[in-house]
Amino acid sequence: MPKITYNTHDNQTHTINVQNGLTVMEGAIQNDIPGIDADCGGGMSCATCHVYVNEEWLNKLPEKEDGEEDMLDMAFEPKKNSRLSCQLIVSDTLDGLVVNIPSKQG
Amino acid sequence: MIKTDVLIIGAGPTGLFCAHQLGIIGLTCEIVDNLDKAGGQCIELYPDKPIYDIPAIPECTGEELTNNLLKQIKPFNFNFHLNQRVEELKKVEKRWHVKTNDNKEFDVASIVIAGGVGSFEPRKFSVKECEKFEGNSLFYSIKDKTIFKDKTISIFGGGDSALDWAIELSNTSNVNLIHRRDGFSGMESSVLKVKELNDQGKINLYTKYQLDSVSGKDKIDSVKIKHDEGKIKEIKSDYILGFFGLIMQLGPILDWGLNIDKKKVEVNTENFETNINGIFAIGDICSYPGKLKLILSGFHEGALAARGCFKYAKPNEKLRFEFTTTSKAAQERLGIKND
Repeated sequence: MPKITYNTHDNQTHTINVQNGLTVMEGAIQNDIPGIDADCGGGMSCATCHVYVNEEWLNKLPEKEDGEEDMLDMAFEPKKNSRLSCQLIVSDTLDGLVVNIPSKQG
Repeated sequence: MIKTDVLIIGAGPTGLFCAHQLGIIGLTCEIVDNLDKAGGQCIELYPDKPIYDIPAIPECTGEELTNNLLKQIKPFNFNFHLNQRVEELKKVEKRWHVKTNDNKEFDVASIVIAGGVGSFEPRKFSVKECEKFEGNSLFYSIKDKTIFKDKTISIFGGGDSALDWAIELSNTSNVNLIHRRDGFSGMESSVLKVKELNDQGKINLYTKYQLDSVSGKDKIDSVKIKHDEGKIKEIKSDYILGFFGLIMQLGPILDWGLNIDKKKVEVNTENFETNINGIFAIGDICSYPGKLKLILSGFHEGALAARGCFKYAKPNEKLRFEFTTTSKAAQERLGIKND
């Protein structure tokens, strides 16, 4: 199973095995990783599963769909490496992905 | 004080269908919602997006679903209390008194919380000093646009609200529009208009900039904005407007003594009552083993919670199970004439 690392804002590192096919958001929710709210449940309509992706992973991720960048406008302190974790579907190619969770979701 | 059988908190699809179920079994209710219209997340987050998993409706939008639910409860003439949030809860003998932030008071036998993920509140700037100016020279919505006349306004955001207000206020004010990227999520025609006004010098458009800091004594007098590459610009501003959409917050319900885990209210699956007798929770806000955050689950939960409300509203009566196809009483309540 691919390993995903979530760095929370309080400098805790959680490395979790996440099943292929789940989203990075679901991996966090199912494993009680704090800081990802996912209010809308993965519908790309709330921007509360916002994460910062480690630079070296930015180009390896699937491209953003149209609506994702629009939703990121609403996110708390969006940056160039911002993604919505509900849009990142875990697969073997994402094994080792590191995401940083912002201090707040809104 | 408004006296009724049930208070429904939240006018999303789940709350609306629960109202229908209450009406069918002969109970009355009042519905409170913090938004200015019914529909909840369906109307606020995805009015135009299609939904494909409502039973027997292959495809509909959030707006269509809301309109149909409103049509379905129309015969009952239940009242809506919009633009307000429930605040205080008090047990008075066997009934509940609930007060909203608009000082409306309800006297009810039971309460159904259908609050989704909470009430919608504007998303705010992350810059700490902004709080100090909120309501005096920094706003997240506009109530009186005349205060901006001949002033310098810095508007942040890239959606329709930001674009529409930038265009509108550019007639009477000096407008800066600041957005974090070159693309906008607002309507294409508004984006073109803003760019045209920028070319004519009627709006100053700053893209790839975000708010860095604000300064001023009692009121804001300038803001610093920071470019993606790090460059900082200071611009004079009398007012700041932030349009970053809405976020859902659980709010005062947190203090009601309900068992809450991860922002969800725990319920039993027999009638969706919470740990407090007479208070029910349905839809996205409730949690129980196996909970699915689907509208159809909310409908089921609402149907059972409505029956759960019956014994509090009419303690001396027994509720008989009936089908709407054959129940004369239910059809009368729906205003259907049988000859």
